[in-house]
Amino acid sequence: MSIKRGVSLYSFQHETFLGKMNLEDCIRTCAEIGAFGIEVIGEQSFWGYPEQPAKTSDIEHWHALMEKYGTTPVSHDFMLDYKRYKGRLMPFDEQVASIRRDIDFARQLGAPFLRALVSIDPEVLVAAAPYAEEAGVKLLLEVHAPLHFDHPWILRHAEAYDKCGSDALGFLPDMGMFLDKFPQVWKARFIRNGVPQKIADYVEKAYEDRVLSEYVIQNVREMGGTGPAIAMAESLRHNAAYEPKRMLAHMNRIHNIHGKFYEMTDDLVEPSIPYEDIIKVLSEGGYNGYICSEYEGNRWVEDAQEVDSVTQVSRQQKMLDTLISQYAK
Amino acid sequence: MFDNKIIVEDSLAAEQLADGRTGVSVLARLPYYRGLGLSMVENIQVVIDGKDIDRENVRFAVRGNMWTLDEMETEYGDRWNFGEKAKVIALTDSPVTKGEHEVSVAITMRVSYLPFVPTSGDVKTLVL
Repeated sequence: MSIKRGVSLYSFQHETFLGKMNLEDCIRTCAEIGAFGIEVIGEQSFWGYPEQPAKTSDIEHWHALMEKYGTTPVSHDFMLDYKRYKGRLMPFDEQVASIRRDIDFARQLGAPFLRALVSIDPEVLVAAAPYAEEAGVKLLLEVHAPLHFDHPWILRHAEAYDKCGSDALGFLPDMGMFLDKFPQVWKARFIRNGVPQKIADYVEKAYEDRVLSEYVIQNVREMGGTGPAIAMAESLRHNAAYEPKRMLAHMNRIHNIHGKFYEMTDDLVEPSIPYEDIIKVLSEGGYNGYICSEYEGNRWVEDAQEVDSVTQVSRQQKMLDTLISQYAK
Repeated sequence: MFDNKIIVEDSLAAEQLADGRTGVSVLARLPYYRGLGLSMVENIQVVIDGKDIDRENVRFAVRGNMWTLDEMETEYGDRWNFGEKAKVIALTDSPVTKGEHEVSVAITMRVSYLPFVPTSGDVKTLVL
């Protein structure tokens, strides 16, 4: 068994938002580029959910598409809106009940995994674990920058999962946490937003030099930066080049991966995320689950050019295919 | 994300509510990669030709139902779906004239996992 390729339909958000691609267009596209695992955010792809249960006809359509294109459901990404009520958090039991509803939904889709957002309380997931076990699905915490595998919050999750002993709890790392270089599409957007070239160059260099975000923010202020320049510097608070090898200690709980990317160049490289190193580490760890493409470049280029998510995802899939063949067979 | 796609092109229209009050509407989309329950839409700020529309004079309408912004705060049974075109109505004291108008719509969302409450806005010149 080797690493398998999939796509989160999050990647096509630009086209689906505008109605340029429907669910079938997305699934067909994935199959055409050899990415046979499908991940969805339920409430992006299924209108009405979760306030209303998914329509039977929508679920039937989903399964018909899986059959038609030979694709496999991988994950339902749930949101758990614990701030649904203004001024107070959703009570604990209601949060658990909300996750149970998502477990039911994942079962309807035939998806073995559910993505849990990183801010969810570990005890809520522990309380939902028996229901997940019964349903034969796993709840996977998305380890996402600025959090990472050495952060105390993630360690607290890992300890809670170990203590509870359920194998229905695990992790879904987002590869954006291994951001090696400041993405060019971010820099270009910040410049269009009004950041002076000199400050943009400084922030990019400071990122490569691994300077602590708080120093960079202060230095940008001293360079006269305001508004968008501060926002550019503050992006370093939310991103860092963490070490892919840190996944190795958690391989028994890693069951799905978000292949986050911001830009694939035409020579099939993601210049800001070290995918070659990542695939080597995953191979060393014996990973044989899916890597699901998660294109997040649209928001950085949409003001200046037409977004082309299909080309971007297609390029990343070619890169993944090459790297998997090279290192993970 | 999607900031520049909030206001749907060519969607400015005259409105008259059942109670006789009048104004204008645009079609708008939630600037987010998923839909959101209506109770988490904290505010929709509408500005027409530089003039702020008071919060109590804004209505949100979709699939045959209409809410004030205060009513939306406790609406737990419906949502603004991903990419869904909803009507944002601005009630005005005097009729909005035919012709070009600059319309701004800014949406504030309470998103559970974000450590801040984001507002995204769009400005377009539309013809009534």
